Amino acid sequence: MEVILAFVIGALYTAGFYMILRRSIVKLILGLGLLGHAANLMIFTIGRLTRASPPIIGHEGEALHAPFADPLPQALILTAIVIGFGVQAFAIVLVKRAYQTVNTDDFDQMRSTDLQEA
Amino acid sequence: MLLAVLSGFVLALLAPWLYKIGRDATGWILAILPLALFGYFVGFIEPVAHGEPVSYTYTWIPSLNVTLSFYVDGLSLLFSLIITGVGTLIVLYGSGYLAHDKDVNRFFVYILMFMASMLGVVLSNNLVSLFVFWELTSVTSYMLIGYYHEKEESRFAALQALLVTGAGGLVMLAGFVMLALQGGSWEISDLFAQANAIQGDALYLPILILILIGAFTKSAQFPFHFWLPGAMAAPAPVSAYLHSATMVKAGVYLVARLSPVLGGTEAWLYAVTGFGAVTMVIGAYIAWQQTDLKRILAYSTVSALGILMMLLGLGSEVAVEAAMVYLVVHSMYKGSLFMIAGAVDHETGERHITRLGGLLKAMPFNGAAAVLAAASMSGIPLFLGFVAKELIYEATLDAHILPLLITILAIVTNILTIVAAGMVSLKPFFGPPIKTPKHAHEAPWSMRLGPITLASLGLILGGLPFTVEEFGKLIASPAASAILAEPLEVHLHMLPVALSTVVMLSAVTLLGGIGIYLIRLPLGRVVAPLNAVSAVGPEQWYKWSLDGMMVVAKWQTRVLQSGYLRYYLIITILTTVGLAGITMVSQGVLQNLSAITMTEVYLHEIILVVVILGATVLVLRTASRLTAVAGLGVVGFCIALLFVLFGAPDLAMTQFSIETLSVILLVLVLYKLPTFTGFSTRFQRARDLVISLTGGILITTLVLIETALPINSRLTPYFAENSLTLARGHNVVNVILVDFRGFDTMGEITVLGMAALGVYGLLKLRLGQKSPDKGIKQPVIPHRTEEFYTTPVPAQEKVDS
Repeated sequence: MEVILAFVIGALYTAGFYMILRRSIVKLILGLGLLGHAANLMIFTIGRLTRASPPIIGHEGEALHAPFADPLPQALILTAIVIGFGVQAFAIVLVKRAYQTVNTDDFDQMRSTDLQEA
Repeated sequence: MLLAVLSGFVLALLAPWLYKIGRDATGWILAILPLALFGYFVGFIEPVAHGEPVSYTYTWIPSLNVTLSFYVDGLSLLFSLIITGVGTLIVLYGSGYLAHDKDVNRFFVYILMFMASMLGVVLSNNLVSLFVFWELTSVTSYMLIGYYHEKEESRFAALQALLVTGAGGLVMLAGFVMLALQGGSWEISDLFAQANAIQGDALYLPILILILIGAFTKSAQFPFHFWLPGAMAAPAPVSAYLHSATMVKAGVYLVARLSPVLGGTEAWLYAVTGFGAVTMVIGAYIAWQQTDLKRILAYSTVSALGILMMLLGLGSEVAVEAAMVYLVVHSMYKGSLFMIAGAVDHETGERHITRLGGLLKAMPFNGAAAVLAAASMSGIPLFLGFVAKELIYEATLDAHILPLLITILAIVTNILTIVAAGMVSLKPFFGPPIKTPKHAHEAPWSMRLGPITLASLGLILGGLPFTVEEFGKLIASPAASAILAEPLEVHLHMLPVALSTVVMLSAVTLLGGIGIYLIRLPLGRVVAPLNAVSAVGPEQWYKWSLDGMMVVAKWQTRVLQSGYLRYYLIITILTTVGLAGITMVSQGVLQNLSAITMTEVYLHEIILVVVILGATVLVLRTASRLTAVAGLGVVGFCIALLFVLFGAPDLAMTQFSIETLSVILLVLVLYKLPTFTGFSTRFQRARDLVISLTGGILITTLVLIETALPINSRLTPYFAENSLTLARGHNVVNVILVDFRGFDTMGEITVLGMAALGVYGLLKLRLGQKSPDKGIKQPVIPHRTEEFYTTPVPAQEKVDS
């Protein structure tokens, strides 16, 4: 399964890279979303996949007993998902405002810090 | 000792405040500190002369073996006495010279900081602290040379000096690091014992070259000498202090200090003596052709520094003794001549000797001091300069390499030095008076004290058999012993004991000097065509390298920072792929790919994977914004399902809720943005696809390599065992987040808070729009950001009207 997911991750990264290389800012945001998914999946895969029980200690035990899913990458990804959402929300609003201000979604027309003739 | 070194920095901080109280008397108040320090160091003369160096160690950065250790032996004591003694006179002189300057308190701050840094350089026993103080002298000298910062010439000269000495300092640091690693200690006194091991090492030559570059740049040795004449843009007290007595001698000090460690080899002999000899001749040759008082003095200083280097390179007992005596002599006469030149400039408004003459009547004190200093500079008997010159000839005749050539070069240098001495002392003060821009008058006492003291010291120390001998025994010989790392007693004589070759040479030099002084004007016209060479000299190299650097910087900026986001991204992606790819191939990690094993796969997992890929392609290819958002959502939900399947229910829950939120947000906002239009050409799309593919392939390879090998985590078992016992939590993921890595989570919450604030701010931001936001098609008002950021008031007025 890791091998298959390795290719899925590669495909997601490729798509993400391609989208952020576009001139439209909307596509940039979609690309960032794809890259976020790809990164989360990569951390998850590199931490090894297991179909075993989730890392929750039962009420009778004192510690986790193998086999269990690795809790560490899960903690990292949990953080990453939430941060990713924060970034995405900020980027979306920023893009919306930028578009309203300069009236274009083409990056090539957003190169100057000072406003020229509209 | 720590107090002695650092008190200058403290007083520097207080100086502006003192100036508010003391006003014109500030110089006299501030001069108390260097004077007190001078007295403090005088107290060391007796014990040090008996061969008892004193050392002080203070811990500074113990984890890096960096100590603040100070070491007082003959060499550092001699320098400390010069720094504090001349420093006292300079602070006084500066208060007079800059009395009518509104920025004079700035001068006091910098000069005191410089003095403290310089003391740090010569007293440090640790290579790191020596380097720090060394660079502090460069920085403070930058401030001092650029004192008249409103003049472009000053700024240029200050930057030039900083770049040359700063670059040299960095090169030297590399040498220091290698030296310390090779010698096994950062303490200079510990390195003395390692001299044989260091000199036998393959790294000896690189170490020597790197450190010598540092010393040569600081001490203005050819081909780095050009910054020193440029630095004459500084006020006269700065030139008198930094550019004759102290900073330029730091390089000489370093060479002397490390002589026991690095010296005595063939490479040392050729490099130090060779560059020194070339510098002394070139400096002396250029000096006598100048007409600006300060430039004559600057080039003759270059020449004197060359003599000192040459002597230290020779490294014999008499050579080192000669170097120490000459060092003191030079500090005295050159310091006083610089101050006199400043006084002349200050009181007459003229610095060119062709337009100066007969000033003795107007400026008797400075005139007399000039004659005394010039006599010492020329090496006339009864002056300490004579003693030094005798020793120099003795050393060159005794040289291990090419004694004849070096002696001839030394004679030429000394003859030209006498010419320069005559030009700066006789020409302005004697002969027919010439009318000057300002009515010439004597300088105030604060500006007389320095020149007179320093100039007459040459006579006092050199004019009596008793003082010459005591000076040699107490000051020069202990310093020379420190350089040679063995006890040494050279007896200095006021006058030669017998009629030897050396005496003959002195006579030849004196007569030659007087002769050339008399014919200098016609001679100057004869040799003038030769000066065309300077058009391709080292100063030009400096300009070319600066220009070249700018060209490269512009080119690089143009290529790397085009202003187009996608080119930044392309560069980032390709650089990452390139570097990671090279590392993977060169380190042979690709072999791990053979260890890949396929594990069991179920049909529903395959279906999920296919859906993810399909949705991704949909995002890429669709022309509809809503479809793209939906595709992105599908990818996210499928990944959440993968989380469920592989034992991560927490992740799945978070992913489901966040993904739902994202999709809603995207739909709400994107609805207001324009539909996709194809901006790029077919070629650009193909190019971007190839670049993206290389990135994707890299990631796939990385994941394959990583998952092919067994994992061995130390953290996971720790969390598994301790979650319940230490943190009382059953859900290990949650325990990690809120307990084991609680600070991370707090940071994460902060980031989210910032993002929320940012979103709120952006939504509320009106960018100076007069009417409320009516939607997307509102036309842009030209220049309204300027209005918003710079002149909000007029914008407000418009609204009111």
